[in-house]
Amino acid sequence: MTTLDYSTKIGSKRFSNPIFTASGCASSGQELSQFFPLTDLGAIVTKSIMTKPRTGRNTPRMAETPSGMLNSIGLQGPGIDAFLENDIPWLVDQKVKVIVSIAGETVEEYGVLSRRLRAVSGISAVEVNISCPNVENRGQVFACHPDTSVAVIEAVRRNIGGELPIVAKLSPDVTDIVEIAKSVVNAGVDGLALINTLLGMVIDVNTMKPKLAGKTGGLSGPAIRPVAVRAIYQVHQAFPNIPIVGMGGVSTGRDALELILAGASAVSIGTASFGNPNAAMLVKNQLSDLLIERGFKDFRDAIGFAHRGV
Amino acid sequence: MIPHRINKSAVQISAEVISNKKFGPYHHMVFAVGEMAANSRPGNFVAIAIGDSQSAHILRRAFAVYRAIDKGPMGGSIELVIAPHGQGSTWLCSRTVGEFVDLIGPLGTAFGVPSSNANAMLIGGGYGSAPLFALAELLKNRGCRVDMVLGASTAAKIFAPLEGKRSVSSLTLTTDDGSAGIHGQISEAIPRLIREYKTEVIYSCGPMGMLSAIAKIAEDFDIAHQCSVEESMACGIGVCMTCVVPIKYESGIKMVRTCIDGPVMDAAEIIWDKKTVTDLLHS
Repeated sequence: MTTLDYSTKIGSKRFSNPIFTASGCASSGQELSQFFPLTDLGAIVTKSIMTKPRTGRNTPRMAETPSGMLNSIGLQGPGIDAFLENDIPWLVDQKVKVIVSIAGETVEEYGVLSRRLRAVSGISAVEVNISCPNVENRGQVFACHPDTSVAVIEAVRRNIGGELPIVAKLSPDVTDIVEIAKSVVNAGVDGLALINTLLGMVIDVNTMKPKLAGKTGGLSGPAIRPVAVRAIYQVHQAFPNIPIVGMGGVSTGRDALELILAGASAVSIGTASFGNPNAAMLVKNQLSDLLIERGFKDFRDAIGFAHRGV
Repeated sequence: MIPHRINKSAVQISAEVISNKKFGPYHHMVFAVGEMAANSRPGNFVAIAIGDSQSAHILRRAFAVYRAIDKGPMGGSIELVIAPHGQGSTWLCSRTVGEFVDLIGPLGTAFGVPSSNANAMLIGGGYGSAPLFALAELLKNRGCRVDMVLGASTAAKIFAPLEGKRSVSSLTLTTDDGSAGIHGQISEAIPRLIREYKTEVIYSCGPMGMLSAIAKIAEDFDIAHQCSVEESMACGIGVCMTCVVPIKYESGIKMVRTCIDGPVMDAAEIIWDKKTVTDLLHS
């Protein structure tokens, strides 16, 4: 039997395999644990947590689109206190690797969240979500500008301490994603998460009004996969040594392999889990088969393979 | 809310279509689901994947269970009543006997049953009546009086199968166009019927507008009201946070998932008024 070293690294942290959940697509983890052991994941990435409890947006929050969907949740969550009291201990108890995703309305809020996380044991990395499209003011999407992106990452770095890897989650809704990546890499991130959803809209032609209560929403699902592949390819080309957690419409092992060949060191499963709670396990098993079929003995040899000899 | 393990009985299976019959504007479909049927309670729902693995419809569709039979001739089975009005439900209704679908269930909360005998009124709008028949049987077996009120826009859209009527003490029909039963909206008939049948608890399932109107009546009469709500759902298993409804929480509002904390909810907890919700969200 052919064996495959399936492990991967983000910064100083090693993960047993490269299949993660995507932020906001695994809720607290308990929901999916009925369907497969969470320890079979490389890591679970939590929903983006904020300092205070947040109600989120009104409904409708969802619209299905061809090979995709729009969501407009508005970062509903329990706030950092309840999250650290309930969600984190449960996940740590399950012995699953946890990447905590954080989101803030201000640079200071990211700093506060980072300070809260520095004392928490059992966390493998922090994902800094600076690209949620479901905010009231588009100007608040930090990842749209290099200077605001850097301000957030510096606040996180100052407050988090230790060697917890910092992963910045970027938006594809920018003119030049490499420019944004460059700014946060220079600010010292250990990895990048690419890509967040794309801002979209659906208009109901019967009511003749936007279908979502929040009017716009984040587009996800297979429809956006080519955008993810492009973004990962461009950023990996510019920064081949920065680990990328790739995501965007992955629902099969073949899709995951595509992101890895473009330059991803790990792949997050998001919207696919909505249609199939076992999607992450399906992807993990199919990807392993595809890598072995192609003669890879070490998963890491496949990262960015599409760039070689080009 | 009682803490419970989320999705504790849910399994994902490939379920064979063992019957598919047209019933007026609806389809009555039966799926072989094995042991899942034994865990299904009135009020629970199932989530079914649409199309094959290459389908452009990436999200499941949720359907309330009409009946679950633990040990039938084909083993455990689950029955659904489906209105083929969208692309997903139309696809499902065109499945033929012997085909398989990817099905997750049972999901969500079930109707709570009173601990002592009570006069129960079951109110269903359109095919929203489907989950009420199994509930009627359960309540009748517990010694409750069961009065059922079914309404729809027109007579053909009332789902009331013969075998379902066995468990009810009375059946009242209402239609918006007057083509059957009482002429008018279902909620208009309810206050008089509550007085007549000395109703102590209401169970309802149907469009949100109807549920909202009944919630107001139940509040006026000060009687318990459990409703099965309907909100656009992407996952059905609690991970996507799209299918929420607003409930009263401390001094404000909280959005809860109708797939985990519902679909059966205490109507008195829900904030039905849209303007109140908007105001609370922006306060």
